[in-house]
Amino acid sequence: MLDIIKIRSKFPILSRKVNGQDLVYFDNGATTQKPQVVIDAEANYYANENSNVHRGVHFLSGLATDKFEETRNTIQKFIGAKHKHEIIFTKGTTDAINLVANGFRTLLNKGDEVIISEMEHHSNIVPWQMCCEQSGATLKVIPLLNNGSLDMIAFENFLTENTKLVSVSHISNTLGTINPIKEIIEKAQAVGAKVMIDGAQAAAHISLNMQSLGADYYCFSAHKLYGPTGVGILYGKEDVLNELPPYQGGGEMIKEVSFKKTTYACLPHKFEAGTPNIAGVVAFKSAIDFINELGLSNIAKYEEELLQYATEEVLKIEGLKIYGTAKNKSGIISFNINELHPYDIGVIVDKLGIAIRTGHHCTQPIMERFNIPGTARISLAVYNTKEEIDICINAIIKAKQMLS
Amino acid sequence: METIKEIQEEIIEDFEIFDDWMQKYEFLIDLGKELPQIEEQYKIEDNLIKGCQSRVWLHAEEKNGSIVYSADSDAIMTKGIIAILLRVLSNQKSEDIINADLSFIDEIGLKEQLSATRANGLVSMIKKIKLFALALGKR
Repeated sequence: MLDIIKIRSKFPILSRKVNGQDLVYFDNGATTQKPQVVIDAEANYYANENSNVHRGVHFLSGLATDKFEETRNTIQKFIGAKHKHEIIFTKGTTDAINLVANGFRTLLNKGDEVIISEMEHHSNIVPWQMCCEQSGATLKVIPLLNNGSLDMIAFENFLTENTKLVSVSHISNTLGTINPIKEIIEKAQAVGAKVMIDGAQAAAHISLNMQSLGADYYCFSAHKLYGPTGVGILYGKEDVLNELPPYQGGGEMIKEVSFKKTTYACLPHKFEAGTPNIAGVVAFKSAIDFINELGLSNIAKYEEELLQYATEEVLKIEGLKIYGTAKNKSGIISFNINELHPYDIGVIVDKLGIAIRTGHHCTQPIMERFNIPGTARISLAVYNTKEEIDICINAIIKAKQMLS
Repeated sequence: METIKEIQEEIIEDFEIFDDWMQKYEFLIDLGKELPQIEEQYKIEDNLIKGCQSRVWLHAEEKNGSIVYSADSDAIMTKGIIAILLRVLSNQKSEDIINADLSFIDEIGLKEQLSATRANGLVSMIKKIKLFALALGKR
């Protein structure tokens, strides 16, 4: 059993007021709050350890490099990767997807096919549109069923020897659907395609093991795992990453540079051009340590309990409809009430100190699919409580009264 | 005809009676419900102001030397804000609209009530209103 009061006390922001009210933070799908250990680690890095990594012979450069690489080790263990050099530091999930999609521009030809899904975040749509435009490949989109899960029959029908890459999210940021990624990976790889999983909404909520999962690429952002902004992880299988052309050129990513021919560094440095967000990477380790101390299975169990409670309670509001009712769901509830615009609900509950997200959540195709302008979204994290859910629901009821 | 400045002063007075945000919001919601609807034929792409959160349609025409606006939005709060803007700026002369100093927005606490993204939406609305005035005033 997790001690939620103790967990909450580690997050300084959770005790602040918003519009004169106690903050209730339900926008964890956008970003999570940071525990003091993460804030301290970032400050301590600049106060005591700052230097550039992988470059100098002096003491601080060595210290910074050790700290930086320690995070890589921690991530390797956290996601069960086979090799340390399969972990690439990026700016975030979007950056990681762009890195892969950019590489595929030269790997794909006319007639090749890339499969994504209708539930993807724009950052797992647009890079592939750009990639297909440049390479002449065709983009195919797995449709959604009414409950917000993927149409797996359509997916299987898409798979042919022309399929070169499948990129889908592990968990939908709008609908909360947990996709059957193991099945997707196996079926896609059976026709020789590579598979990329956008794990932005999953890594803080589901225990991961890359070796048993078998994904070719998997990516996520530190800031959705109680870590700093501006840091992301791209995992790739060693041989798959070796085949992928480098993304950005610059320092650190080269073996030898001459005007005749430049050769590239080995993994992971081939994909880490330029000075990275060292402080963020160092502090990210503290976030992973924080998660590991609680235990991801305990977090998942608690969040499941919250999700169930919140779902039951919001459904008591007359006229409320939840979008995303798949059997296998993560702690995300997207909803609308009658004809009310989600924006109107959002601005009123904000005045009551409650942070929920409203809008299209960077998933306009989902909005089109359900023919709605947007939704209001509650997304949960380990520090949320049932009391907060009650406060939020009362605020939503208040908003509904004011607007009706 | 009341000038833009006079109407602004009236609105500031209207808002002075409210003690808290909830009354202000309720007032905005009521104004939103009363906003004269734009005719369906004018709800076209060209008249759409796209924000991240809600959509706004704005139409303008010239009548007897003044610019007359009509608008709609899919969100009521947004409609309320447009209603206030149009109360100030509709039925005015083109050059008065273009040169209007809309200081009342700050004084009634509309801008501070609205976060940066929403305040940007307000800026786009004002810009579109002034652009219409500029285009129609030239004719």
